[in-house]
Amino acid sequence: MMLLINICKKSLHYYEFIKPIEDILKKNTKFKTVHYKQITKKLIQNSEKIIISGTSLKDNEFLEHLDYFKWIKSFNKPLFAICGGMHILGLVFNGKLKKQQEIGLTEIIFEKEFLGLNGIIQVYELHNFYIELKQFDLFAKSKNCPQAIKHKCKPFYGVLFHPEVRTKNLIQNFVEL
Amino acid sequence: MKCGVLFSGGKDSTYATYLVKKSKNNITCLITIVSENSESYMFHTPSILKVVKQAEAMRIPLIIQKTKGEKEKELKDLEKVIQKAKTEFGIDAVVTGTVESAYQASRIQKICDKLDLDCFNPLWQKNPEEYWNELLKNKFEIIITGVSAEGLNEKWLGQKINRKILNKLKQIEKKYKIHLSFEGGEAETFVLDCPLFYKKLKILKADKKFSKNNGIYNIIDIELINK
Repeated sequence: MMLLINICKKSLHYYEFIKPIEDILKKNTKFKTVHYKQITKKLIQNSEKIIISGTSLKDNEFLEHLDYFKWIKSFNKPLFAICGGMHILGLVFNGKLKKQQEIGLTEIIFEKEFLGLNGIIQVYELHNFYIELKQFDLFAKSKNCPQAIKHKCKPFYGVLFHPEVRTKNLIQNFVEL
Repeated sequence: MKCGVLFSGGKDSTYATYLVKKSKNNITCLITIVSENSESYMFHTPSILKVVKQAEAMRIPLIIQKTKGEKEKELKDLEKVIQKAKTEFGIDAVVTGTVESAYQASRIQKICDKLDLDCFNPLWQKNPEEYWNELLKNKFEIIITGVSAEGLNEKWLGQKINRKILNKLKQIEKKYKIHLSFEGGEAETFVLDCPLFYKKLKILKADKKFSKNNGIYNIIDIELINK
């Protein structure tokens, strides 16, 4: 089973940041959506793959609750982290959060193949920060900051943009890993 | 949260308003931009002045802002009216009915960020078929007030969308590759009734203008009637 972790503080953001991912997942896979505050050891153990969502520009509550994500360090199965989820992934591995706003369609360059994406791709951005970290390989960047990373040893992927908007096949490719 | 909804009177902004209420947030005011440019990238124009009656039907205060509809000037006018809603009504979030337009969504996100307001897009990326099913299931009475696509002729002007008509629309979608939610500007809609309305709207007088796949259903007179 795929686990989709919702990091949104406000329930009305479900429609914008969670539902579009669910719509992609429901075509081909069994999944369960859970808010990060409701994560249990059992849920993590029973998950074959995990996706951590993003959230709105003003929502940074999850940054004050990184304790809820301690399980990431000992998790060894595929994990895909989107925007705010990528911030979490980076912070768990001692990365540093840096200010950088990008909003809207942006061209980024994949210098090597990343879950089926390569070359110049137009993506949808919505963030005020990016993560700077060492234990990950960089696959894509915009003119401002890193956009797609993969852990050097574990099957952990992170993207700063929102693939549920214009690059839905990226999520599909993660499902099919 | 105290939400100000960017409201055009069509299915998208009305359904977004409905979802805000359903999620137990407060709809503090509706914000309508009246653009003098019918080709506006940001705002839908047909029948927009009828939003006054819709706001009355919902018993929600309405702020109207006029704009000449020049590309970047209309964004300044939008910022101005959102600031007004923040000052006068104390809103802490803006809601839009944006479904696919990254142009529209990103510009509104930037304005909200500048004014320190949250931004909600509850229809973002919504599947068109699922969307129409929800609208009909929730008893949204929707008519077509503008057409601009091959396959949508004069007969569609003023047409109410029900299950049977939706099936016809799906056939047109297949044949002419239109977007079923009209995200390509194929048609404009107007909501006559929905669960948010205390009274429903009845059109008393309207006329149609149509030429070369382009048409407008102009509502001249409309009244509120008991449901």
